[in-house]
Amino acid sequence: MLKHYETVFILTPVLSQDQLAEAVDKFKKILTGNGSRIVFENNWGLRKLAYPIQKKNTGFYYLIEFMGDGSIISKLETEFKRDERIMRYLTVALDKHAVAYNERKRKQADLKKQQEAETTVNE
Amino acid sequence: MSTKAHSKQEVRYLNPPAAEKQKKKYCRFKKIGIKYIDYKDAGFLIKFVNEQGKLLPRRLTGTSLKYQRKVGQAIKRARHLSLLPYVGDMLK
Repeated sequence: MLKHYETVFILTPVLSQDQLAEAVDKFKKILTGNGSRIVFENNWGLRKLAYPIQKKNTGFYYLIEFMGDGSIISKLETEFKRDERIMRYLTVALDKHAVAYNERKRKQADLKKQQEAETTVNE
Repeated sequence: MSTKAHSKQEVRYLNPPAAEKQKKKYCRFKKIGIKYIDYKDAGFLIKFVNEQGKLLPRRLTGTSLKYQRKVGQAIKRARHLSLLPYVGDMLK
């Protein structure tokens, strides 16, 4: 039975842009490769950390929401552990309220983008 | 015996001082109908954390037990992802 999951991981800020993209693609391939469907992904970019991790104060946050069966999670997490570019990760199962919340948030975001697009157009 | 009880009632105020008249606390989640507390939304979670970054007790925030657990779990996840500090100073 396909369940909803959401994973957020932090990459070291030392990476260059293409290394960052390559790392993210690697994890996306792991997910899609094992028969899970990526619902939504979001790059928060470089953010300041609340406390230093591995002596670094900033990190690239990346969020992936996907649907899949439970066996993927252990594979994904071993990859996270193995890859030294990942400073920290958190995978969470989403219940129906969480899925509805995320959808509502995405709709609001799209709405805002459209409004911004309209305002810039008629300015 | 009755004198003691009587003296207790002697202290009577015309109108109770504002401090004692507590406004009824309510659980904001039940009232607004929030069903999911997002651990990624640090701006919202900061309302449930005191200056040192510690979780506020229910008697201050007035949230019900069910949602207090959800808030607690969300804050712990946010701390893990360093969106919230474990020990902060002057967070507000």
